[in-house]
Amino acid sequence: MSFLIPCPNCGSRDVNEFAYGGEIAVRPEARPNVRELGSYLYFRRNVAGVQREWWFHRLGCEAWFQAERDTRTNEVLLTERPRASRDEAPPGPEAPALPDTPAV
Amino acid sequence: MRLPPRPQERIDRSRELTFFFEGEPRHGFPGDTVGSALFASGRRVFSRSFKYHRPRGLLCCSGQCPNCLMQVDGVPNVRVCTMPLREGARVRGQNVLGSLDRDVMSVVDKIGGPFTPVGFYYRTMIRPRRAWPLYERFLRNVAGLGKIDRGAGRTRRFDTEHRRVEVLVIGGGRAGIEAARAAAARGEQVVLVDEGLGPGERAAGGSFEVIAPARALGIYEGGLVPVDAGQVLIRFRARRIVVATGAIEQPLVFPGNDLVGVMLPGAVRRLTDEWSLRPGSRAVVIGADERALSVVAELRSAGTEIARVVDLRAESPRRIAAEGKKGRLASVLVDGEGLDCDLLVMSGGRQPAYSLLAQAGARIEYDAGRGVFVPIELPASVEAVGAVAGELPSGATPAATYEGGGKARGKCFVCVCEDVTTKDVRRAIAEGFDSIELAKRYTTVTMGPCQGRLCQLPSVRLYARENGTDEAAIGRTTARPPWAPVSLGLLAGRGHEPARRTSIHERHVQLGARMMWTGAWRRVHSYGDPAGEVRAVHEAVGAIDVSTLGKILVSGPDAAAFLERLYPNRFGDLRPGRIRYSVLGTDAGRIMDDGTIARLDDDRFYVTTTSTGADVVSEWLEWWNAVWGMGVEVVNLTGALAAVNVAGPRARELLGRLTDLDVSNESFSYLDAKQAHVAGVPCLLLRIGFVGELGYELHCSSPYGEYLWSTLLERGADLGLRPFGLEAQRVLRLEKQHILVGQDTDSESNALEAGMPWVVKFDKDEFVGKWALEHVRERGLRERLVGFEMTGWTVPPEGGQIVVDGRPAGRVTSARWSGELRRAIGLAWVPAALAEEDAELAIRVDGRLEQARVRLRPFLDPDGERLRS
Ligand code: FES
Ligand SMILES: [Zn+2]
Repeated sequence: MSFLIPCPNCGSRDVNEFAYGGEIAVRPEARPNVRELGSYLYFRRNVAGVQREWWFHRLGCEAWFQAERDTRTNEVLLTERPRASRDEAPPGPEAPALPDTPAV
Repeated sequence: MRLPPRPQERIDRSRELTFFFEGEPRHGFPGDTVGSALFASGRRVFSRSFKYHRPRGLLCCSGQCPNCLMQVDGVPNVRVCTMPLREGARVRGQNVLGSLDRDVMSVVDKIGGPFTPVGFYYRTMIRPRRAWPLYERFLRNVAGLGKIDRGAGRTRRFDTEHRRVEVLVIGGGRAGIEAARAAAARGEQVVLVDEGLGPGERAAGGSFEVIAPARALGIYEGGLVPVDAGQVLIRFRARRIVVATGAIEQPLVFPGNDLVGVMLPGAVRRLTDEWSLRPGSRAVVIGADERALSVVAELRSAGTEIARVVDLRAESPRRIAAEGKKGRLASVLVDGEGLDCDLLVMSGGRQPAYSLLAQAGARIEYDAGRGVFVPIELPASVEAVGAVAGELPSGATPAATYEGGGKARGKCFVCVCEDVTTKDVRRAIAEGFDSIELAKRYTTVTMGPCQGRLCQLPSVRLYARENGTDEAAIGRTTARPPWAPVSLGLLAGRGHEPARRTSIHERHVQLGARMMWTGAWRRVHSYGDPAGEVRAVHEAVGAIDVSTLGKILVSGPDAAAFLERLYPNRFGDLRPGRIRYSVLGTDAGRIMDDGTIARLDDDRFYVTTTSTGADVVSEWLEWWNAVWGMGVEVVNLTGALAAVNVAGPRARELLGRLTDLDVSNESFSYLDAKQAHVAGVPCLLLRIGFVGELGYELHCSSPYGEYLWSTLLERGADLGLRPFGLEAQRVLRLEKQHILVGQDTDSESNALEAGMPWVVKFDKDEFVGKWALEHVRERGLRERLVGFEMTGWTVPPEGGQIVVDGRPAGRVTSARWSGELRRAIGLAWVPAALAEEDAELAIRVDGRLEQARVRLRPFLDPDGERLRS
């Protein structure tokens, strides 16, 4: 992975500056049953093609934004600040790995 | 032996350089490479081959082949033919047992037979299984080239540089320079990289930057070109990439084609023109293109006698074979005619060096007319110029391969790197490896140091012949980075392990603290006496540097609603000036982090996280804020603030000495947050009790941290104050059964099973993780995190097994000796059925089972009287 991502705040930067937040999926509105919850939490469409996803400019402006990326070529077609709309709310990045040294 | 001065020579004969080969002094001139100086000193054998340990000499003299790999100043696998000579350089042969001239391992070449066929190790060394350790030792010895310098990590330093450039030209030959000049003339910013030496001289003009000697390692997505510039890896991002890598002279395949004295035309040219050396005294020249034949003039001018010239375009001999004595070329047979010689110049045409283009996505096709692969259809923003683009000065005929027959019985090498012969390739085909990609993996052709530069084309030719088809049908193997060999140190770069220190760090060092890592932080393990430190907290007062805690300010009109929606605990009704604890969960109901949240005023909350969780939590908060688009701002203040926790029965007395604030229990009670000056420093004071005693956490601006700490220690001395470290803190919190996220919980733990149902407010409309926790509640708890107390004196190991009916059924997550309780205590995950007061547990310790009892309430001060006092 070595492509460039145009951050909506900072402009085009190396992908290594960013953290990937996963593809954007729909968070259930009402309480899901176990199966629905499982598919919301663990199943992704994983398309070979253009996908909308979350990115975080970790070594830059520290903002989350959304991008449309072609997963076959890593071409980033568009980036924009998040649209805050309920039905587009994502399941979020995978829960971050727990620190392996105990923390206080 | 040098020739008289020649017009184009690069050497400066006015000065002499001394270097050492196998410990013996040798001489050369500035302008020499290690290789040319060795050649001048009479050396002809430069290496021993990988498998058969056959002697090998200079073949390409341009850094393409594996024949001159040596150990220079401790660095293995240096191509000495391109390595500029340095005064005092220490040079050694490699891959030999004994010396280059007498290599014991060369018996492998003689006995041939059993050890040589491809796939031999794969097939043989798997049986019998128990002999594997033996095989492994043997294989480790014979595999690989060169010896690693184990001290290199300390003596050599590598760095990475990131650069943007408009035009990057790879290759400094004529075409590359022209392209660079033209781009620079258009006003573009141009950088040219070239692997050869002498950059300055070739890039006269100065309108663009030259980096040399430097090698482009590959072309990646987004126009990324990593360039190996010795000690620096430059990661170029180019808007436009011009590839001018030229073409590579191809060897011919015939028996004895690897003998010392068999050279490619370029080697002859460089030896004579640049270093004024005579490559041999009597030569045979066999070539399929103009370029090979044009060295004849050079050889004559160097005083080499020409025995015969075979132009493969004009004649097609049926048999070519070279014969040697002791690995050195002695004669060449062309259709039965024997010619004595010590130099054979061979050329099978020139193959465009297309690898970088192929990596960039170009299509590569076989041009049957010229017998080479050429790039067609380049991707946008990549350009090819010169020979690599297929503009070869003169056409060559596709070269044939020649194999033994008659009395020529020598080995015909298709790949000199990996010692693969035509016989090996035929065997692979017979075994069914009929696709070139499969055969590559089986025979390892193109996988050696030359990366296919000299063996791709000959092997494709051989494949086509053996399969009775043409080269186009065979195709080629995928070109992958790195295109040039690169040392692992360069790729790894300098260690950028960040170490974070608190603003009080130096004081800890002065106090003789033993430090430890927690994430990137350096923290105090203890000041030498953890048990004494624990006692001080229980009996008097202690102070611990907790600046590493994550500190995040969440503010804005929606701040309360935001936290209410994010955390399982309730925050909407938290009054300003009050503090509440919560774990932070994911939508899967898992515990991610924990900490306290203090409400500073209506719109501002001060959120603390674990020491290693600060960044993760602030990203998480930012992310949900982006998702929900609420009126909230999240600021991570972790580095900006220092914090000290003062705890113990005399903590109030100490604090009272340093502040005007009313610190009485009535006006500053448990879980209150206040802002005041302490020792003149503006602080946020949080009355919380992670260690179980009356305690205050003082948060202040980092630059004041050290002063605050020193003042506390000074003014608390007569109260019995002792600084304490993480080890003491671990014992103290364990006595209270306070969990450590990451130690007592893992990526599967949820708040219900971790024994904290009270932080989960199911009656809230929504919070992240609510659905999952509801499902957990419905299905019932399977495991529980519980306290335990050992019946005996042993402290079980953390991670130790809980055994039920002889089977592992849980694990110890924390265990310590408590001096206060005079017992070994701990926390463990156990099956839910065992989560009952006094239930008996069996814990495996060193293979024995030790008994313990479950304790559901804190071991010490279960009702929190000390905390609230
Ligand atoms: S002779 Fe040095 S690399 Fe070929
Ligand atoms: Zn940015």
